[in-house]
Amino acid sequence: MIDLQTLNRHGLKEDEYDRIVGFLGREPNLTELGIFSVMWSEHCSYKSSRVHLKTLPTEGPQVLQGPGENAGAIDIGEGLAAVFKIESHNHPSFIEPYQGAATGVGGIIRDIFTMGARPIALLNSLRFGALDAPGTPRLMEGVVAGIGGYGNSIGIPTVGGEIAFESSYAGNPLVNVFCLGIANASDIIKGVASGVGNSVYYVGAKTGRDGIHGATMASAEFDEKSAEKRPAVQVGDPFMEKLLLEACLEVMQTDALVGIQDMGAAGLTCSTTEMGSRGGAGVEIDVSLVPQRETGMTPYEIMLSESQERMLLVVKRGREPDVERVFDKWDLHAVHIGEVTGDGILRVKDRGRLVAEIPNRALTDEAPVYRRPMAPPDYLAEAQRLDVDALAGVPAPNAALMMLLESPTVASKRWVYRQYDHMVRTNTLNLPGFGAGVVRIKGTDRALAMSVDGNGRYCYLDPYRGAMLAVAEASRNVACAGARPLGATNCLNFGNPERPAIMWQFAKAVEGIGAACRALGVPITGGNVSLYNETDGKAIYPTPVIGVVGLLEHADRVVSRRFQAAGDSIVLLGSNHGELGGSEYLKVAHGVVRGLPPAIDLDAERDLQALLVELASDGLVHSAHDCSDGGLAVTLAESSFDSDGIGADIAVEAVGLSRSDAIDYAATLFGESASRAVVSTSADNASKVLERAAAAGVPASVVGQTGGHRLRITVGGKVAVDVPVDEAERAWSSAVERYFVKRVA
Amino acid sequence: MKFAVVVFPGSNCDEDAYHAAKDVLGQRAEYIWHKETDLKNADVVILPGGFAHGDYLRTGAMARFSPIMRTVAAFAAQGGPVFGICNGFQVLLESGLLPGAMLRNRDLKFHCEHVHVRVEQTDTPFTFACRRGQVLRIPIAHGEGNYFAEPAVIAQLEANRQIIFRYTDAAGKVTDAANPNGSAAAIAGLCNDARNVVGLMPHPERACEAALGSVDGRILFESVVEALKSGTIGGSKGAVMQTIGSA
Repeated sequence: MIDLQTLNRHGLKEDEYDRIVGFLGREPNLTELGIFSVMWSEHCSYKSSRVHLKTLPTEGPQVLQGPGENAGAIDIGEGLAAVFKIESHNHPSFIEPYQGAATGVGGIIRDIFTMGARPIALLNSLRFGALDAPGTPRLMEGVVAGIGGYGNSIGIPTVGGEIAFESSYAGNPLVNVFCLGIANASDIIKGVASGVGNSVYYVGAKTGRDGIHGATMASAEFDEKSAEKRPAVQVGDPFMEKLLLEACLEVMQTDALVGIQDMGAAGLTCSTTEMGSRGGAGVEIDVSLVPQRETGMTPYEIMLSESQERMLLVVKRGREPDVERVFDKWDLHAVHIGEVTGDGILRVKDRGRLVAEIPNRALTDEAPVYRRPMAPPDYLAEAQRLDVDALAGVPAPNAALMMLLESPTVASKRWVYRQYDHMVRTNTLNLPGFGAGVVRIKGTDRALAMSVDGNGRYCYLDPYRGAMLAVAEASRNVACAGARPLGATNCLNFGNPERPAIMWQFAKAVEGIGAACRALGVPITGGNVSLYNETDGKAIYPTPVIGVVGLLEHADRVVSRRFQAAGDSIVLLGSNHGELGGSEYLKVAHGVVRGLPPAIDLDAERDLQALLVELASDGLVHSAHDCSDGGLAVTLAESSFDSDGIGADIAVEAVGLSRSDAIDYAATLFGESASRAVVSTSADNASKVLERAAAAGVPASVVGQTGGHRLRITVGGKVAVDVPVDEAERAWSSAVERYFVKRVA
Repeated sequence: MKFAVVVFPGSNCDEDAYHAAKDVLGQRAEYIWHKETDLKNADVVILPGGFAHGDYLRTGAMARFSPIMRTVAAFAAQGGPVFGICNGFQVLLESGLLPGAMLRNRDLKFHCEHVHVRVEQTDTPFTFACRRGQVLRIPIAHGEGNYFAEPAVIAQLEANRQIIFRYTDAAGKVTDAANPNGSAAAIAGLCNDARNVVGLMPHPERACEAALGSVDGRILFESVVEALKSGTIGGSKGAVMQTIGSA
């Protein structure tokens, strides 16, 4: 009955089919095949990535919940937990930008409140093709509107994020969304089904035919026919989710719940099997009881639908009325669709007739695991070679700085974040664009800082180093805000793992993340893997995106990137090695993507971050900004922006890497050496900052002072940069916006 | 003094308004679920921001049918101070408690940012403590805040001094660039004939604490507390704002 064509359509291989027959002791029917296909899809089973992910550090005294649940959780003191995770919605966003991005936001929010936490902040990390390429503005407009449309309506502020533009993402944009919530540490709820005879409830929106095989779609490459997959993208209803959020948090106060899980990828199938599997139990449901939006839906369709805004609850027997009462108040469906059983089997019925019967472990623990072959990509050795002395047409530093400030990756993203409600809930202490997102926790003195970062270009040139740099940058951003980094989440965006070069990139990146997280004391508490990010055989840059969360014990000590006053001393923390490999400068000024990304000494990075936290908590700095894309000169310029035009007068030594002055200036000003930050401090405190740095073993020097309305930088005594702040700020502020204004005119 | 904060399904600034009234101003505050019909002896009613009932039709169009709105209308008719913020303003327009309607922002984009508004009139409960011409820096966050009314209605609003807030630049000048959404006559907020019902698109509850970047919104909440204390207005007393006279 199951032919090869049917297998292909389900993304299953022949040997996988043989395993299915082995587990069941018979041929599966079509419903069962569908269930296996989604549960064994890369998206749900992590079959290519699992062996590597196991090597990540996931433990620490602060970790309350590591990977394996709907989201991770860390202890933030005063009996509270920060619950957070990042997830991708890349494939759906390419097919239908608005709904793809919107439902990505909806999905990650559900993961957070499922844990019993109230979501209080969102971040996102986006990648698009070059902004001047046809199609990019339209795609970006849709994604941004979708993120805003969902987050604004549900009332969770989007407090930060990052966006980069590289042509490798033209056919495969990345939409990674991070959500953080707060729960009482003792009240964290898990996605388990246990207790034979307990009731299984379906709550939320009705089930339709949308999103069928979304998980399988997310586990395949794109080609010119991808647009035909539009029906596999779901449609979001933020209002429904708002009701679901409030109702679920209310139900969780009743003590009637055993477990709860959202229906995300693979919908009812994934939630029933995962909950059963975690609780060591079975789940039996009757799909005819599931509220349906369309008529004539088959069990196959109901089990595989990815309709949004639905949850599965396991309720203590006898406590059903307590749960139904709450959902009734919110005018939501809450339907008793089955029971927990003791036999570890997923049993699906349709009006009492058995339509699927599969052992849970066959779908979860026993799902295929692949140790796929790996090999360094062919391009690598050549791409890593960089001779800076051979660079021709080196622009003057002033001109190069302006080019960088106008590069969409560096430029202000105000056009984007203005479309996100970033202030609702009245907790936002650092507005978007001012550094890490920072939200206070009402009822305490505390605040949380969070940042998402990644650099695909670095990882393309060296995935191990690039991944370490991503962890370091996210963590450093959090430390710049004055918060002690406590935990991390990762979203791993890569190409087709069946190709050895991609698998090698993946493995190296995971190794790098592990090394950096270990050294910096930020365990991974969860995350998401998105593979098959390819269109027409062309993979994206390998792009691990890291989210780091940190704690400010005193919210009023929060620090932003902006200079606060004229006459302050500017201190550079860390050393400048003038590394241009993989830099934004090379790309923007020379059209070159090559070299090795900056080296990173993780011990030095850890010391720098500890120092930044100490300086902030002792009130010794007025601003702090890390050096990343565009190097020191861009960091200084950005410190002047949004500060009423406070300028800076800076003097630094040349790094002395080249015989050519022009190249030496570029390396000094725009090199992206890691583990650096620029802080400003009152002239009185400058010596204290230097003393603290010396005690921490962090190189530090006063490089100038704030004041005036120009940014002036001398290198080795010669003026290299001299621009009015307002002129630079205008260029930086309008560079992204102008691609969209043009379209309206 | 007691504030009632009405909660519609889809309200999402209800907690922020409650926090401003209770924790920042130190007044009593209570949430009122939209299915209720009693304001529980509140002195002031706030219709908060958000997306009541999802706002899938027109903003505020469904919320006017919530049971609590009949009670709010009766409270307003007796002169009780009612404050509609953002979505709450949209609900007041749809309910007919204030004239006019909202269109999508002229650039068809949601805007979340600090703007400046000028206080045009001080004889309402919510501008009682302001100076006329005072410029406040308060955030907006909306996709449909482009106020529209027939020219005759606008003329009447002008004549009756019902325009309470206008979008201006930092210096208090009305300019096209300072109008974030294309509102007619740069209208950011209005009051009714009796001057006790005020709606505005900006979010004063987001500008009540220095840590959030502005404290300019606080005076609007302080105004109603002062106005009620002065005894010239209040739902229970049945007096109307007009008795204060123009400031």
